[in-house]
Amino acid sequence: MTLLRITDLAVSYQAVPAVRDVGFDVGEGEVVAVVGESGSGKSTTAHAAIGLLPRGGRVDGGAITFDGRDLLRLSDKQWRGVRGREIALVPQDPAVSLNPVHRIGDQVAEVLRIHGLAERRTASLQAIELLERAGVPSPELRARQYPHQLSGGLRQRVLIAAALAGRPKLIIADEPTSALDVTVQRRILDHLTSLAADSGTAILLITHDLGVAADRASRIVVLSQGSVVEEGSSVVSAPTHPYTRQLLAAAPSMSSALRPAAPPAEPLVSVRDLAKTFDGGIRAVDGVSFDIPRGQTLALVGESGSGKSTTARMVLRLETPSAGTVEFDGRDITALPGGDLRRLRRRMQIVYQNPYASLNPKFSIEDVVAEPLRAFGVPDRRARVSELLEQVALPSSVARRKPAELSGGQRQRVAIARALALKPDLVVCDEPVSALDVSVQAQILRLLADLQSSMGLSYLFISHDLAVVRQLADHVGVMREGTLVELGPAAQVLAEPESEYTKELLAAIPGSRMRNGLSTTGR
Amino acid sequence: MVDLAEAPARHFHVKVPPGLLLAVAVLAFVLLAAFVPALLTGHDPITGVPAERLHGPSLHHLFGTDETGRDVYARVIHGASLSLRATAIAVLVALLAGSALGLLAGFRGGWADTAIMRVVDVFLAIPPILLSLALVTALGFGTTNVAIAVGIANLASFARVMRAEVLRVRNGVFVEAARASGVRWSGVLLRHVLPNAAGPVLALATLTLGTAVLEVSALSFLGFGATPPTPEWGSLVAGGRSFLATAWWMTTFPGLTVAAVVLAANRLSRALDGGDR
Repeated sequence: MTLLRITDLAVSYQAVPAVRDVGFDVGEGEVVAVVGESGSGKSTTAHAAIGLLPRGGRVDGGAITFDGRDLLRLSDKQWRGVRGREIALVPQDPAVSLNPVHRIGDQVAEVLRIHGLAERRTASLQAIELLERAGVPSPELRARQYPHQLSGGLRQRVLIAAALAGRPKLIIADEPTSALDVTVQRRILDHLTSLAADSGTAILLITHDLGVAADRASRIVVLSQGSVVEEGSSVVSAPTHPYTRQLLAAAPSMSSALRPAAPPAEPLVSVRDLAKTFDGGIRAVDGVSFDIPRGQTLALVGESGSGKSTTARMVLRLETPSAGTVEFDGRDITALPGGDLRRLRRRMQIVYQNPYASLNPKFSIEDVVAEPLRAFGVPDRRARVSELLEQVALPSSVARRKPAELSGGQRQRVAIARALALKPDLVVCDEPVSALDVSVQAQILRLLADLQSSMGLSYLFISHDLAVVRQLADHVGVMREGTLVELGPAAQVLAEPESEYTKELLAAIPGSRMRNGLSTTGR
Repeated sequence: MVDLAEAPARHFHVKVPPGLLLAVAVLAFVLLAAFVPALLTGHDPITGVPAERLHGPSLHHLFGTDETGRDVYARVIHGASLSLRATAIAVLVALLAGSALGLLAGFRGGWADTAIMRVVDVFLAIPPILLSLALVTALGFGTTNVAIAVGIANLASFARVMRAEVLRVRNGVFVEAARASGVRWSGVLLRHVLPNAAGPVLALATLTLGTAVLEVSALSFLGFGATPPTPEWGSLVAGGRSFLATAWWMTTFPGLTVAAVVLAANRLSRALDGGDR
């Protein structure tokens, strides 16, 4: 039976349409995924369905019915009886979705009390039970803690517990795991779907990740630019719309071809027994050794807190190592003084994860790209900037614009142009695509690969995503808790991993159903 | 239907609040007075007409006349240039010196930060008027010295705000990106940190404009400012004190002028700060 039915929904923000003619159903106990890139209107649709459109948002037309009731006609008071009790929301960012000054047990119990499902006294006991069901270990202890004492994964479990508290018929999960590591993501999604299956709760899963959608949902709705382009249970195995095919092709997957084995090359960078201890005795990096061969890519993979970024920063000497040595082109740079280090920066550059934060907002694009040239007094900067913009496939018209006027992908291209300005030997890419949509991701990865072959660059590529690494890496190192658990040629580490941890990481990558589906249709 | 159409519609027809309009008008008038006083009054501010001494406000003498028959309105108008110049110097001193200290403290950190900010804390602990009084006694009399003293007395809050902003901006990824691409630290500071940290400091400068007018006038009221025949708002108020019982206009009108300018500057800085709600 149909639980939630959205028909011809149209939503606009201050007269700018965000969603047009979106319609789909969610049946009782069914898991439906809404997939789309940023700006596709997937979150807007979800927020309209729970009556929480942000300020300035307005439903222009269509209908949303839930359990036979028209949700668009509910008063604020009626909504309060529906939200949490019949439709619950698991929000995107667990870091900001819990009240920092209340104990988590009280925050879960609040839902019970609001809907009159428990007395003041019994609510806290029930909250502990709910936390246990949501997979929070030692729930009695955790219930008395505050959000900052919990990891991201645990906070997300708390939010799931709060969503389950009202025994809703529908849970809307808005990117519930996109801020979490893959292994944590898998555990949380496993838990959420099994809990929902046990209690017959339907789930509307909003995600940008086709792999996640394919693994979890019985039906997938693909949104693009505010409209539904494709819907059904065979979207992944037999896509009919070109956009879906493009999304599928762009999604980094474990079935994409590996690079051919790299010929042996002398190392550009040699790292030996590198260690970093931060204040308070936390060993972020502990005895890491590797080489980056000239003209090739070493990928360092690991979950958050594994020390991969700190290692990269020490290679660039943005962080001073506590122990160990870094050699660059045969020269020990571990203790290089300021002036020599600055001259060395000509030869090693970095591309950051977040293109929204790594460009000076007051600069024009031309100034951003010219900044390294200016720092080293290179003449003819203008000509060089337009040459660089061309190299990263940006129109020369962006030179006059400010970073805020560009999209995320364009900004990352600008950051790459800046890194290439001085014709460096080594470029450190610190999660260069993890803030971008999949189709943009694929373009940037291709660009990086092309630039590498045309300029003979060496890359140190930092990523949490083994599937992304696959397309670019010649060698892969897997890091965990500050140590390198596995290091070897990409083909070996990704296909026949030796360490248990690497196997676990590989298994946690979402999209196993997609891979199987594709391989069966492909053969 | 979720009907939120009215809110954004109102948003697009923003009317300038009448209070703000008045504030801008007051400041524009005072600026005009400072640059071309002759345009606003025909009376001589220095030499009076003895026959017309201590006349009350009238159409001929808007603010009345003083004990030597000088037109008080003319003296207020001609005093504007000196008072405003002192205010501008005071704010500039506070802005430049305070920002430089805050920039250095925030950017260098470590002992430089500790040393600078402890001195700033000491400055903040002393009331600015008392501090500027002490400073002007040491520097000697005169409008410029008064202005410098007021400036120094106010630099502490500039240093604090600038340091806070620099700390925020300094940890930005784009600042590290600049360093990583080989930009010298002076370039990082001047081209990347400073422009991104300046906003709130400039808002504070307009706010301080009001306080500075008041403090400069207070010091000149106490007699530290310009030598007597030269008109200055503070000394005008002071000069009328002994005639308070008989000629109220001599103190009231210069005082009201100071009050109007202070309020107008406050109103304007609130608007610039985006605080109009």
